[in-house]
This record gives sequence, structure tokens and C-alpha cells, in this order.
Amino acid sequence: MTLWLIIVGMSLATFGQRASFLLLPARVQLPALLRRALRYVPAAVLTAIWAPELLLQKGVLSLALGNERLLAGIVAIAIAWRYRVTFGTIIAGLVALHLFDWMF
Amino acid sequence: MPPARTEFRAGLRAGLPLFIAIAPYGLVTGVAMAASGIPTLEAMAMSILVYAGASMLAAAQLIAEGAPALIVVAAAFIVNLRLLMYSASIRPYFAHEPLGRRLMVSYALVDNPYALFIQRFGPHPEEAGKFDYFIGLAIPIWLCWQASVGAGILVGNQLPAAWKLEFAAPLAFIAMSIPLLRDKQMVAAAVSAGATAVLAHGLPLRAGLALAATVGIAVGLLTEKLLRTKT
Repeated sequence: MTLWLIIVGMSLATFGQRASFLLLPARVQLPALLRRALRYVPAAVLTAIWAPELLLQKGVLSLALGNERLLAGIVAIAIAWRYRVTFGTIIAGLVALHLFDWMF
Repeated sequence: MPPARTEFRAGLRAGLPLFIAIAPYGLVTGVAMAASGIPTLEAMAMSILVYAGASMLAAAQLIAEGAPALIVVAAAFIVNLRLLMYSASIRPYFAHEPLGRRLMVSYALVDNPYALFIQRFGPHPEEAGKFDYFIGLAIPIWLCWQASVGAGILVGNQLPAAWKLEFAAPLAFIAMSIPLLRDKQMVAAAVSAGATAVLAHGLPLRAGLALAATVGIAVGLLTEKLLRTKT
């Protein structure tokens, strides 16, 4: 019962967040500062999702050579920067991860 | 071919390759939900109704710890704050669409379709076929997600950890975010947000993500202002 309550609550909260701005009538104009600020949301949020996955090992900042996730991530970043391909970036990153894991 | 069909197909082509990133992430989410004691029916219902992986992972962890329902829902809201920003960010592209279409876009608005959509239409909100492209992206991503979560729930803990497939999720976010860094202010926003997320990692309820987004936006706006006054 509590579980279904959680599922309904999460569904309403999540759908509400997604629908919020999309359901505003077209004549409502967002303030200029808000629109300028929103340009930075994708780059900021997406980077904030992956950065800790590369830089933290068991919750501690690690810039050592032994951090194979960071090394593989750098390879992936280089591929993404140069070629802008999704599939290639992921494959290159996974291959690099196994390679660095084997090396160090 | 009418532009709507062309855009729908272009969306399908752009969305399909993401299976390599979505499937492992979905599997991991399904496994985590099963491991936290959520029964199969409830886990699948959550996957379909909530349809937001990060919040489901957070919920599974909290449910396993026996947290009260309100805390679980509040944690999901914080983890999903970025969806609120996606909604505002994507609004100019769909403001003139009928309500039914906007509700469909709302339901399917998760990280991958959002990022790919912005990559395609970013500077051109006036172009035709936006809804069709978005639905083209959303369908393969939704199907792959639900199938892999279902598989994860059923497979449980049997997957070999040696495959390191969980690393595909951050790699997908790298592949999506790096092409967005077209100018200095965007790089400044991304770097500051990433650094904040790393430093604020220990904050409870995944509040570090919301903080990182706020810092990234502020730094982006400031850099924009500095660059403008210099020239």
C-alpha cells in the first residue's frame, strides 16, 4: 500500500515537473533573463551528472593514474569533442576503460 | 516524403544508437529495484509511470532503508529537478502545439531525447517537424528503457560485473554534453557545474545536482556579461 503511494507520488511529482512550463499558454512570455539562463541548463546539468562519476572514487576526489574511469572518460571526451558521435564515444570509452584497467 | 515523416525517421535514427547507453542503465535500475525488495509488478509500474531512471535508483535505495513515503517522493523531486529546467528550456519549441501533443512531450521528456532534440533544433526553434522528430527520438528510447528495466527486474543480480557496463551511462552523458560546448560561456557553465557536482557530492538527497546546475547557470551568465563588456 505504502509502495503504491510512493509510486503515485513520484509519478505526479515527476510529470508535474516535466509538464510545468510546457503547459503554460503560448501568450505567456518568459522573462528575458530566465530565457538567457535556460540556455546554460543542458550543458550544466549533463556535465554535473557525469563529472562525479569520473572524478570520484568511493566518494573521494581522485586524479591519480589508477583512476581508470577518469582516463577512459578523457578518451571519451576527446572523441566526443572531435567527432561528435554518440555511439563511437560510448564504445571508445568502454574499450578504454577495460584497456586502462588491464594496464594499471 | 512530407517533412513530418522525414523528421520522424531522423528522430528514430538519432534515438536508436542510444540503446547501448540506455540498456545497461535500465538493467542496473531494474536490478536495484528488485534487490531493494520492490515486487515485479510494482517495479514495472514505477518504471512506466515515473519513467525517470535516476529518481527510481534513489527511490529503490530509500525504500530498501525503510524511509517514509514522503521522504522518497521528496528525494525523487530533487533528483528530477533538471526535468523542470528541461521543461522550461524546451517550451519555446512546443508552445504553439496542441495540449495533447504537449502532454505527450511532457511524459517522454527525459535526458536523452531532450539532449538530442536540443542538438538538432537548438538555434532554430522556428523549423518545422519538431514534434515528429521528438516522438521519433522518444519511441525507441522508451521501448529500450522499459525492456531493459523489465529484464533487470527479472535477471536480478546475475549480470557479470566484469563487463563494467554501468560506465556506459556517464559515457552517454559525455557524448551528449560535449557537443553543446560551442562557446566560452557554455564551457564555463559546464566546467563550474561539473566542479560543483564533484565538491558537493556528499550533500544529502542528491542536492549537489541542483546546486551544480545553479552555479553553472550563474557562471555562464557572468561569463557572457564579462565577454560582452570586454569587446
